[in-house]
Amino acid sequence: MHELSISSAVVATAVRHAKGRRVTAVQVRVGALRQVVPDSLSFYFGIVARETVCEGAALELELIAARLRCEDCETEWAAEAPAFRCPACAGAAVSVVCGDELEVESIEVDTEAACIA
Amino acid sequence: MHRVKVRVVEDALDANNTIARANRDDFDRHGVTVVNLMGAPGAGKTALLERILGHHGLGAVRAGVLEGDVQGSLDADRLADHHVPVVQLNTDTGFGGECHLDANMVRSALPALPLDDLDLLVIENVGNLVCPAEFRVGEDARIMVSSVTEGDDKPLKYPLMFRACELVVINKIDLLEHVDFDLDRFEHHVDAVHPGVATLRVSARTGEGTDELRAWLARLPERVTAPA
Repeated sequence: MHELSISSAVVATAVRHAKGRRVTAVQVRVGALRQVVPDSLSFYFGIVARETVCEGAALELELIAARLRCEDCETEWAAEAPAFRCPACAGAAVSVVCGDELEVESIEVDTEAACIA
Repeated sequence: MHRVKVRVVEDALDANNTIARANRDDFDRHGVTVVNLMGAPGAGKTALLERILGHHGLGAVRAGVLEGDVQGSLDADRLADHHVPVVQLNTDTGFGGECHLDANMVRSALPALPLDDLDLLVIENVGNLVCPAEFRVGEDARIMVSSVTEGDDKPLKYPLMFRACELVVINKIDLLEHVDFDLDRFEHHVDAVHPGVATLRVSARTGEGTDELRAWLARLPERVTAPA
């Protein structure tokens, strides 16, 4: 249930960038390597957004598939199973190309609606 | 109504990470090396600390514990009985009790910690194989404890936790003959999700392997003198 904490962090980030304007949507990128349950994140977002400028805002999640890269032989592959050794050379020096995101990418704000805190 | 899109591109946990860095700076200023100890409820985290830190078990390295639990001080009481300096941190003041420690909770406990009298602080996280892996608290190193009674498939089921640590401690090896747990298969799975990570086989109950864990902890301050 750390999705509650993460939802609170997402709302806090959105509120800070909204600068008093009403938020109608929040776009968040969630990588497959994060253990975040999208439905749970949406559920808690609706709760923690109450009485903020994010109240009623849509949470739009973009799920990012995992891609890994071997630093030794430069093989790059799409990781579906939790396997972090290079499939080509069995090397351990593997970096994450994408899939570990947990990022507020953008927000949509209403520039005309009345401001609330 | 006029709507505009505002670009943010900010890690959702930036605020937590900022506080974690502040904690880390405070720990560094006091010369304290910090370990975040994670694992499932019942993995034996507290039992290991009793065995390893009890009665000045690390010798010249002065060790203390910050004990994170949803509720109560059962674990802290156990460690205090072993003369380990310990501070209890409960997470039940939030919405039903947080399932992990975050940087701000640890920050709130700093005034209660005798940092000037410590070389090593172990922060025992709330028992959980998912949530603590997402939140840095200002630690230098992370250890996860997995016990043989939990099954040898756990690295594949909770890869983030097994990736978010520098050492995997396999506890309760005294029970190996009673459970269907294949040590080699477990270590193979650990290597699949976190290639090259160090593992130690221990029993908090019998003490087997705990000298190696003591040595790992005692060496930690010199290994992390240069903050990352």
